[in-house]
Amino acid sequence: MPKTYAYYPGCSSMGTSAEYDRSTRAVCRACGIDLEDVHDWTCCGSTPAHVTDFGLSGALAARNLVQAKSAGRSEVLTPCPSCLKNMKAAQHHAHDPVWGPRIERLLGRKVPEDMRCASVLEILFRETGAEGVRALVKKPLTGLKVACYYGCLLTRPTALMEFDEPENPQSMETLLAATGATVLDFPLKVECCGASLAVVRRDMVQQLSGRLLDTACELGADVLSVACPLCQMNLDLRQKQAACRRQTKAAVPIMYVTQLLGLAFGLDEADLGLGGLIVDPRPVLAGIGARSEEAADAPAGGQDDAKAVNSGRAE
Amino acid sequence: MKTLNLGESDPRFISEVEQRSGQKISRCYQCGACTGRCPNTFAYDLPVNRVMRLIQLGRREEVLSCSAIWLCAACQACAVQCPNEIDVTRVMETCRQMSAEAGLVSERAIQVFVKSFLGSVKRNGRAFEPGLMAGYMFRTGRFFTDVDLAPVMLAKRKLAFKPHKAGNGEVADIFRRYEEEGPVSCNLESDHA
Repeated sequence: MPKTYAYYPGCSSMGTSAEYDRSTRAVCRACGIDLEDVHDWTCCGSTPAHVTDFGLSGALAARNLVQAKSAGRSEVLTPCPSCLKNMKAAQHHAHDPVWGPRIERLLGRKVPEDMRCASVLEILFRETGAEGVRALVKKPLTGLKVACYYGCLLTRPTALMEFDEPENPQSMETLLAATGATVLDFPLKVECCGASLAVVRRDMVQQLSGRLLDTACELGADVLSVACPLCQMNLDLRQKQAACRRQTKAAVPIMYVTQLLGLAFGLDEADLGLGGLIVDPRPVLAGIGARSEEAADAPAGGQDDAKAVNSGRAE
Repeated sequence: MKTLNLGESDPRFISEVEQRSGQKISRCYQCGACTGRCPNTFAYDLPVNRVMRLIQLGRREEVLSCSAIWLCAACQACAVQCPNEIDVTRVMETCRQMSAEAGLVSERAIQVFVKSFLGSVKRNGRAFEPGLMAGYMFRTGRFFTDVDLAPVMLAKRKLAFKPHKAGNGEVADIFRRYEEEGPVSCNLESDHA
């Protein structure tokens, strides 16, 4: 019987990143990864808690580990890297002489130490992998040029996240390359987007996110693939705000890696929440559909034609 | 550049930061790798390596009142780079916590945002984005923060209209115990006494 993961959606799934939640559920279903929502889950405390007090942050995050454990689960999967980091930090701090006892006092019980936590990217990479993705592809993303952007927390801090290379991760590239997409070498893949400073210091986020968008444009990316709700919001919802700091002006669709995988698997667009994206990805995706149909019609030469069409467009 | 009077150093400061962060600050030999890798130095009043040096020098007030500790986005890049395996991000976060506790916050708007966010979590069990934004705008007087985003967020149904309550009071209990216990530094001081 396949393992069931406790699924922690995180607060942004109720609003700004609903499409990440939907596409995560849809892709996991397609991959045979069984998700069960953490019963009555609550906020992990996010950045505001861990900049206030590691004890408060630890207790807020650990409550969800307690919930998952009491449902008999052994591993929590969450789409949000910030929630993930807080849950892992709660377990790490449970051993700290200053913070461990405080977390337990605030939580009113012990922090479950044997609970594993992972991002959706990590689980897809581990459980499904490139082979599994290839087997599920129905509509190859042939010719789509994708820049993979991880942001800060999927791989860092290294000792806590224990996933991929901290400065040059490859897991997202590996999965997306298996869909037939052309994966670009994106040098800013782990550079900060400005994170939660967006509300208070818009100028900083404009500068940081603007540079990411410019670099993606200069590389000729059709789409930027992301795996973090906050990165997605800063790059997509705030893309217009960043325009004043950019050298290039082209709009770049910012899609969750789960949306791209879901498209390649031929899943329903509504299940992937494509309508929730601010920069509409459909113009670049329409080209892919046409290309993959051509490829299906003419298996021998179609693919080459599709590549030629795409490279012509990029120039 | 500012001149420091080193006679005014607070020797307890370094040990407090070390205990709270779990990091050996004394290992820092000012190689500057953290600053070289930091994406936010352009906005800081003090680069990260200088914050580290000021902690070593026991300059409590300069460190806790600088804006850099509040403008750090905790991206962890410095922590990966440090050749002495100091989790520099954690040191910055620790200083930020101590700055709020000491009432030395230089970036008031960030602190207000933090409090609005945590207030929303305390009340509802989950963060309610529109509610915490309203609280932030009210308390800072920045009534036009991100209003340019509201129409598109509404059109894309990215704004929830009412909070989702969760946790059956357990989250409020965590906050209550946190408020009763007070800042962790109090415990440190009593441990030392």
